[in-house]
Amino acid sequence: MDAPSAARPGQGDVPASVIATRGLTKRYRGGQLAVDGLDLTVPAGSVFGFLGPNGSGKTTTIRMLMGLIEPTAGTARVLGRPMPRSARTVLPQVGALIEGPALYGFLSGRDNLLRYDAADPTADPRTRRARVAAALDRVGLAAAAGKKAKAYSLGMKQRLGLAAALLQPRRLLVLDEPTNGLDPQGMREIRTLIRELAADGTTVFLSSHLLDEIEQVCTHAAVMAQGRLVTQGAVADLAAGARGRLVVSTPDGAETARVLKELGVGDVSADGDRVTGEPPERDLAEVTAALVTAGVRVRGLTVERASLEDAFVALTGEGFDVAG
Amino acid sequence: MSRADVLEADTGRRTNPLWSLGLLRSELVTTVRRWRTLALLGVLAAVPVLVGIAVRIETRGGGSAGGGSGEGPAFITQITNNGLFLVFTALAATLPFFLPMAVGVVAGDAIAGEAGAGTLRYLLVAPAGRTRLLLTKYATVLAFCLLATLVVAVSALIVGALLFPMGELTTISGTRISFAEGLGRALLIALVVAASLVGVAALGLFVSTLTNSGIAAMATTVGLVITVQIVDQIPQLHALQPYLFSHYWLSFADLMRDPVYWDDLVRNLGLQGLYAVVFGSAAWARFTAKDISA
Repeated sequence: MDAPSAARPGQGDVPASVIATRGLTKRYRGGQLAVDGLDLTVPAGSVFGFLGPNGSGKTTTIRMLMGLIEPTAGTARVLGRPMPRSARTVLPQVGALIEGPALYGFLSGRDNLLRYDAADPTADPRTRRARVAAALDRVGLAAAAGKKAKAYSLGMKQRLGLAAALLQPRRLLVLDEPTNGLDPQGMREIRTLIRELAADGTTVFLSSHLLDEIEQVCTHAAVMAQGRLVTQGAVADLAAGARGRLVVSTPDGAETARVLKELGVGDVSADGDRVTGEPPERDLAEVTAALVTAGVRVRGLTVERASLEDAFVALTGEGFDVAG
Repeated sequence: MSRADVLEADTGRRTNPLWSLGLLRSELVTTVRRWRTLALLGVLAAVPVLVGIAVRIETRGGGSAGGGSGEGPAFITQITNNGLFLVFTALAATLPFFLPMAVGVVAGDAIAGEAGAGTLRYLLVAPAGRTRLLLTKYATVLAFCLLATLVVAVSALIVGALLFPMGELTTISGTRISFAEGLGRALLIALVVAASLVGVAALGLFVSTLTNSGIAAMATTVGLVITVQIVDQIPQLHALQPYLFSHYWLSFADLMRDPVYWDDLVRNLGLQGLYAVVFGSAAWARFTAKDISA
């Protein structure tokens, strides 16, 4: 009786993490290590940002999670079941946009979705047309549904790819750069859509190179660099790891810098009307009072929260460039 | 209660095994809607028209067509007596090259073309299932073999009826059979010709799993078809020849004997089955273990 239970470890418990990898590793045939011992945990119900420069192993990780690539070592569980072995039961509940949309140019947008839906053996053909129409409507493509996909703009193709991920109610959405090629208005629409989906209880796994995008929509994030996981956790915690900056807006730059140094503020730098320094331990009201007493004209005084970009640079010690 | 039951209960999704056939239908429709497929079928439909018109023009003065050059079944000389022979002539003319080329293009493109366009990854995460997708692709290529052969046969039948008289016909053995029986034999020959392409189809599908470029897979498959035909003509390689998929192709003419001479027909079908098993297994082994990185 040992063998069957060994084949399904952890059977019976509800997975608190929608994606869990242990030591996930992929070495390509050339010997290049694309993903190196990844331990990733995506909590259920989160909007999870997956960050990293190009070439850091994000896409390889996503392909392993979707069962497209066999890991060299380690395990990956999606919705509590091992991948790629349980692809047949897991993937119908997962909507995915991987490395941009791929379409049949000679088919209309609607026919593209009908084909992808037909590929899913759990999709009911009786509701196919209605579900396709609903998905097209949801991404704002209803008016262009009859046009051939090769005539679509990049943004429209991206929307159609998203629609393919939304053909069924999903428990997990894996979206690789979903706002790529969209104009600012389109980006806003897609972010709103992601928030709506998350509010319905869908876990969203979102890879992006746009840090402010992750900051705007994600509750959790992980950062990858050169195939390794640098950090993961709640976005607020990650950003808190990097300290913010005290910013004083004033026409009396030099005087302000002198007063701030007297108050014990470290790393003071003046740049025209803007004087910045490390946030002081003491109450900001005291800083304001000291500046005013010294006759400095103050337009504004604030502590700017650290951005995820600051956190990223602090963690990786590098900018957001292509890994070499 | 297994985890699978839990998941299905979670989504409230009941599935029907018949829904799996939706992919086959989608695959058939998608293949036929490609302009490339339509162009291939157009070329195949044009061959009987050209042969028919050529024979008609050449025999207008009352002479007989063809010189009895000895190569292949001598159906062409009979066309002027009976248009039905245009069907046999057209199939004999297209089987060595046009038909396998068309099948090689469709089979070579089957997996590699989807990989090159990136649509393969979306089919697989749908999830189409690798074995199911491969079987669907092979079934579609086989359907194309039949469709392509029927296009040649039907086009030849129409042209034959328009340009030449129809009626009783004489078999290769010299006996006479009725027009109805002749039609039946023509249909049977078309089916055998379609079945002769099963080996090329499996070979093309296997090549298609090796690359992410549809063009490369098509070119390789068509190249192999030509190479095998050349090898089949070199007398010094006669030891190899019984294993070449094209070796018994023209045996379909034996269906026009009375009684039918079955030996080479059976060898042909057996050889096609062997190719289907060997290259089908190879394609399966390759495709189910492949990293999809395109």
